[in-house]
Amino acid sequence: MSDQTHSDSHDNVAHHVRRYILVFVALLIGTVLTVWASYIHFQTREINIAVALLIASCKAFLVAGFFMHLVSEKKMIYGILGFTVFFFIGLMGLTLWSMGDFPINTITH
Amino acid sequence: MEIPYTTEIRKDTGLYNAKVGIWLFLASEVMLFGALFSSYILLRVGSQEGYWPHGWLTVWLGTLNTMVLITSSITTVMAWASLKMKNFGSFKFYHAVTLCCAVIFLCIKSYEYHDKFIHNEVTLKEGVFKEGNIADGHLIKETADSITLEGRIVKDRKELFNLSTPFFGHPKQEEIEIKRSDIVKMSNYGPAHHTYNAIYFTLTGLHALHVIGGALVIFYLWAFGRKMWETDPERFTNRVEISGLFWHFVDLVWIFLFPVLYLL
Repeated sequence: MSDQTHSDSHDNVAHHVRRYILVFVALLIGTVLTVWASYIHFQTREINIAVALLIASCKAFLVAGFFMHLVSEKKMIYGILGFTVFFFIGLMGLTLWSMGDFPINTITH
Repeated sequence: MEIPYTTEIRKDTGLYNAKVGIWLFLASEVMLFGALFSSYILLRVGSQEGYWPHGWLTVWLGTLNTMVLITSSITTVMAWASLKMKNFGSFKFYHAVTLCCAVIFLCIKSYEYHDKFIHNEVTLKEGVFKEGNIADGHLIKETADSITLEGRIVKDRKELFNLSTPFFGHPKQEEIEIKRSDIVKMSNYGPAHHTYNAIYFTLTGLHALHVIGGALVIFYLWAFGRKMWETDPERFTNRVEISGLFWHFVDLVWIFLFPVLYLL
């Protein structure tokens, strides 16, 4: 659909609409799962964080992939996103790298 | 002067220009929110053991807001699909729902902000209450001589940080009347209260500004779009797609904000 060369016939769009509804239901279920999982006491809080972020990532994939049509985009968009992912990982990586640089007894609250 | 490539495809990119433009803009937005998320990580990891708050926000309100935004996302894409199917009436309906969702989201967020600004932590003089010298709760009455909180009294400030909030929030708590002369320090749960509050207000405030901006654009297309739809339907459909991409991005950011701020 984002691809202008795709067929935009009524049937084709109607087919997409069915997919959107399925994605919508999956997102609602994902939200309930996120909340439910947060009330489970796993062995460590890190596991809770990992589970919540995993579910959030799946939901983000559904939104970006289907609502934003990234599953069928042009190479140009993938190129832009490739750079974005690279710099985003760099940003997070630098943050994590700086964790060892806290002056001793630094407390933020 | 006619703007080129509003509907026709450029050979080099394979896209119309606005599509490239919005994705470049969204890439910059990822870095903007990414910087704030990395600040969150830094503050959280750097906080003193046991002093990073859990359960300070009402989970059911956050869940409801998540569902409202998800609903607005599907109505946005349905509005675009309606235009592809040449159904302007259906487009109007779906985008009216999107706008309603935006308003509901902002109302809930405003309520949550208000809740934080009337929530106070009060440090008292020693010996005023035998249970402890920190009162914490919502300000429900104020006079020249005293204040009344609905909340509780604790000995150690650390007790305020792990609330293990039930899904529907805490049941009604006791009313505590405090003389102003007994107060050493009083601070509401605004941005200055704790680094968690600072990053919470910054992230959700910036997100709310995006919701407002997106809603204004959608409102403009919804209210004044008929003329362009009648004269240049393909261009109008592309405009709706571009505004939709921005709206989905706003939803996407919230998908991460919700667990990070409300649940973890």
